[in-house]
Amino acid sequence: MSDQGKSHGRHVDEFSGVETTGHEWDGIRELDNPLPRWWQWIFWACVIWSIGYWVVYPAWPLVSTHTKGMFGYSSRGDVAKAIETANAGMAGQLERIRKAPLEQIRTEASLREFALAGGRSAFAVNCTQCHGSGAQGFKGFPNLNDDEWIWGGTVDAIAYTITHGVRNTEDEQARASDMPAFGRDQILTKAQISDVAEYVMALSGSGPGGQPAVRGQAIFAENCAACHGPAGEGSAEFGAPALNNTIWLYGGDKATLVETITNSRRGVMPAWGRHLDAATVKQLAIYVHSLGGGK
Amino acid sequence: MSFLIFLPLGLIGLLGLALAAGAADSVMYGHGLLIAAFAAIGVFWIIGRNGDTGGPAKAVPGGVNYNDAIVRAGVVATTFWGVVGFTVGLVIALQLAFPVLNFDLPWTNFGRLRPLHTSAVVFAFGGNALLMTSFHVVQRTCQARIAGGWAPWFVFWGYQLFIVMAATGYVLGVTQSKEYAEPEWYVDLWLTVVWVVYLLVFLGTLWRRKEPHIYVANWFYLAFIVTIAMLHIVNNLTVPVSLTSTKSYVLFSGVQDALTQWWYGHNAVGFFLTAGFLGIMYYYVPKQAERPVYSYRLSIVHFWSLIFLYIWAGPHHLHYTALPDWAQTLGMTFSVMLWMPSWGGMINGLMTLSGAWDKLRTDPILRLLAISVAFYGMSTFEGPLMSIKAVNGLSHYTDWTIGHVHSGALGWVGMVSFGAIYYLAPRMYGSERLYSLRLVSVHFWLATVGIVLYAASMWVSGIMQGLMWRAYDALGFLEYSFAETVDAMHPFYVIRALGGLLYVTGALVMAWNVYRTTQGRIRDERPYEPAPAASQPAPAE
Repeated sequence: MSDQGKSHGRHVDEFSGVETTGHEWDGIRELDNPLPRWWQWIFWACVIWSIGYWVVYPAWPLVSTHTKGMFGYSSRGDVAKAIETANAGMAGQLERIRKAPLEQIRTEASLREFALAGGRSAFAVNCTQCHGSGAQGFKGFPNLNDDEWIWGGTVDAIAYTITHGVRNTEDEQARASDMPAFGRDQILTKAQISDVAEYVMALSGSGPGGQPAVRGQAIFAENCAACHGPAGEGSAEFGAPALNNTIWLYGGDKATLVETITNSRRGVMPAWGRHLDAATVKQLAIYVHSLGGGK
Repeated sequence: MSFLIFLPLGLIGLLGLALAAGAADSVMYGHGLLIAAFAAIGVFWIIGRNGDTGGPAKAVPGGVNYNDAIVRAGVVATTFWGVVGFTVGLVIALQLAFPVLNFDLPWTNFGRLRPLHTSAVVFAFGGNALLMTSFHVVQRTCQARIAGGWAPWFVFWGYQLFIVMAATGYVLGVTQSKEYAEPEWYVDLWLTVVWVVYLLVFLGTLWRRKEPHIYVANWFYLAFIVTIAMLHIVNNLTVPVSLTSTKSYVLFSGVQDALTQWWYGHNAVGFFLTAGFLGIMYYYVPKQAERPVYSYRLSIVHFWSLIFLYIWAGPHHLHYTALPDWAQTLGMTFSVMLWMPSWGGMINGLMTLSGAWDKLRTDPILRLLAISVAFYGMSTFEGPLMSIKAVNGLSHYTDWTIGHVHSGALGWVGMVSFGAIYYLAPRMYGSERLYSLRLVSVHFWLATVGIVLYAASMWVSGIMQGLMWRAYDALGFLEYSFAETVDAMHPFYVIRALGGLLYVTGALVMAWNVYRTTQGRIRDERPYEPAPAASQPAPAE
């Protein structure tokens, strides 16, 4: 410790030349330095700024109310105003979207631009959870970027699907198709299902063909062609996916096909017409239509 | 006389057995048995020690018979819980980057491990650091043995029981869902008993002091103990479903509950992690630097202004919520006024080094203490900044908050505790010096680089997140979905986990160093030499 010197009976720190308070605790002394000037100035500046803030904004609680500030500021009022302004900015375009038929929205540049932006935003909030943030889809949830449409790819068909959904219990007009569970309901035997799967793989060019596929072709013609078409080309009318390409909702490998044919699949989509307003559904339809090939 | 302790211990044991016998759920059954075991082991432990409540490693003739055994226990507990808490933190950081690490098990999911991490670092590591240092500092600066005979040991072991009950409860899904106050009612009551004994032990020691004045570190410790008692009791007012069930319902509801919670939550930071650790700073910085405290006047003014202003700042956690505007205003303005009172501690810490700056080159322990004060200054500037409503509108609910907390927790709380541990380990275990100073330097760099990676990645990630949430396109539609913001944060989560890995590694190096020191070992290494005054500094270090 460098506290040899003494003045007025108090220790002086040798290094700094500052007096200590004269106390010592386990060898620790304290210098008698004043408060730093800049420290005091900033502290008082903060206090004065705070007092000013209290004058301008709601601040102190009183018996049954509180000080309101100079301008009667309220953060809730602020938000309400901001929402009102935002809504007012969109109101004109939204009204036009509401009134215009989908085809007009699709073709008129200013409406189309607005609908695509609004549709993209609504898609990000409501649709990405199942269809993916890039609309790329997942197993059981269709990819919306290609031009394969189970229920039709025209803008009207898409709008219908969004509005009423698929196989849900909330909307009687929901899209519904009912592929039998060929295995579970014992319509086909395991061997037959295996043969059909071989044929479906051959149809899409991903199987070897051969004897099983030939046997499967006959079973397909009897059990599947009515909905999926004689050549597996699919039918939007029945909600029957095309089987003659390599786009699969659940997967095109043998095991998955057998599983699909055995138990059927019954994917569900909510009726968004019941959750979103009409203009938003229209914008979504335009946006989703723009992702695909433009049927 | 000292065996009077058996009476309360017996009552605790019976209470534990009663809880276990009537338990309405399996966690209460386990915790009841744990409490009974605590009492039973306590009885045997006390009999085994045969009246010896603890002394120094090497008794000094004519010196005060300090109870250093309890400080030694604190060194071990603080080091142990530090490693545990940091490791769980690393695990949950990795879970955020790679969700598969949740393992789809209830006991290992993020929701249960996150409170395990926060409680382990704040209450287990931080709390033991405060017990350890306060028991040491109050004895040394009062020149008196700690008061209460077995009572300090009850505080120490009772506090460990609190930690174990809280932690096992979280993992098994028992929580009252209040941030940093997750333990259920019976654990809260247990802590209350332990805490009141802690207060009495502390006051009793101050009462027996041989010094005419109470040293500044003790003001901070006392403010911490008293205020935490008040916050803990009010925020944990709950109604248990039954006296044998772990479940309870919080007394307050809605915005009243939210305000109470953040009055508690912010002051847990203010009085646990700030006031308490300023107590550590005020003893170990001047001791290690061997310099007098910079300004006595500043210590008085910043103590009282800090204590008075901090308690108002909680509402800044509830900006733009259902909390009335006037309360938000007060929370914000008091936080801004708190800036300089907080910095008073930083000034007193850093300016105490004047006349000892050259020691930073040769004393890595002092380096740890100095950088902790620097991080303290940075966090206590960032805090008032983030409390300003316009800034908070961007920062709130983002990773910026997480980065802010960790620059305070890893930088200030962690580093100052490491400094205290390194100071205490050789002295309390009667060793000539620490096992290795070089390893302290390794720890310093691992921890510092770890913090920089952590804080910087969370700043970038948080500000990006806030900007993405509020981004609108030209037509007035939201630009990003929530999932896109999560996706964008992934690289920063990986960097953050890397920072955490470095910090944990540093703590393991410390644990090894402390362990070897307790064995009385000295590492054969090149000592730190002060640089020759007139020549160039030596290239190696």
